Amino acid sequence: MVNWHRLANPKLFLTWSRRVLPWAAVITALLLAVGLYLSLFVAPPDYQQGDTVRIMFVHVPSAWMALFTYTVMAGASAAGLIWKSPLSHLTAKAAAPIGASFTLLALATGALWGQPMWGTWWVWDARLTSVLILFFLYLGYMAIWQAIDDYTRAAKSAAILALVGFVNVPIIKFSVDWWNTLHQPASVLRLDGPSIHPTLLTPLFVMIAAFTGYFIVLLLIRLEREILARQAQTLRRAQARG
Amino acid sequence: MLVVVFFVLTVTLFPLGVGPEASVLRRIAPGVIWVSALLAAMLSLDRLFQVDFEDGSLDQLALAPLPLELVAAAKCLAHWLSTGLPLLVISPLLGILLNLSGEAYGTLLLAMAIGTPSLSLVGAIGAALTVGIRRGGVLLSLLVLPLYIPVLIFGVGAIDAALVGLGGNAHLLVLAAILLIALPLAPWAVAGALRLNLE
Repeated sequence: MVNWHRLANPKLFLTWSRRVLPWAAVITALLLAVGLYLSLFVAPPDYQQGDTVRIMFVHVPSAWMALFTYTVMAGASAAGLIWKSPLSHLTAKAAAPIGASFTLLALATGALWGQPMWGTWWVWDARLTSVLILFFLYLGYMAIWQAIDDYTRAAKSAAILALVGFVNVPIIKFSVDWWNTLHQPASVLRLDGPSIHPTLLTPLFVMIAAFTGYFIVLLLIRLEREILARQAQTLRRAQARG
Repeated sequence: MLVVVFFVLTVTLFPLGVGPEASVLRRIAPGVIWVSALLAAMLSLDRLFQVDFEDGSLDQLALAPLPLELVAAAKCLAHWLSTGLPLLVISPLLGILLNLSGEAYGTLLLAMAIGTPSLSLVGAIGAALTVGIRRGGVLLSLLVLPLYIPVLIFGVGAIDAALVGLGGNAHLLVLAAILLIALPLAPWAVAGALRLNLE
């Protein structure tokens, strides 16, 4: 049984992360290769959408990761405020730009798919609008880290903002059920089972696993960088004090 | 008072921008009024705690026996009384200027009455977070505007629904739900952010 609490110690985390990172990277690369092969060559074209359906194998995982990353961020922020664990705030900080990129990717691929399918790049429907808000929330979160110099104040301010913004996540998830929108309703995670054919569902799940792995790899790299930057800053201060 | 002038002025810009055609103005009136109200409410936010922070009375308030959460709630109420209420009072006049149809005025007033307190409550969180930051105004808008969007959507939705004869009740209830969530939680977040910035 691994004692996960010990990973909250930056030094132990660094040794652990350096050991895990190569494996995570290899697994992610494999998953991505398999997922791309399945979604580009094996999966049949949709009977209505044709080959355009393949955009979904990037769009859906990015959208999931956009929400997942914000959830990780909010969870880490809450943990940081409650238990004052040293790595929590840094985890949230490291996750934010990744989440913002996934959100942008989801919006961009959605627009690319929407143009041939709906005949428009963008509609102001509930799902699209709330994801756009999510993107702005990420930007606000990153901006507040930028604006405040003092580490503790920046960390806690950003954490409060992340928690306040978290109300948006369930709104996005359920927007397609609550409002009658152009965006299709949930078709994978629903009570009566997925409404997608297995030939399309398998590559989708492999791609989601690959995206999650990619997120973990990026998060570990960014977190390590954040920890080192923070240590360097502390050392410089100590040096300046002489 | 300045907030009201800003509100009226912003609304006045729209007929000049999109042209004085009555049917167009009538169509966009709910949105124009709400967007301008949002901006006006946001404009006055950065002074909410800044002055008290600079002259030290915020420290006094934090040390006082009264819980800081209550102080925060009182600040939100003060902000609403000085911003939300005047906007509410003047909004029917702007409706007339924009040719808003007669049956929408009741819903407009109700929506503004339920929606603007949420603007003060949510905005106070942003104001408390940015209180110590030099030139925090732009950052404040970046933090607060995304959180204002739900109020905007349902505020406009209520009036639009009333205009087509559906009645704005469903939207008004969602606005009320937003207010009921913000009312207990926002003062708590505001107090947390203030304590942090006073450390």
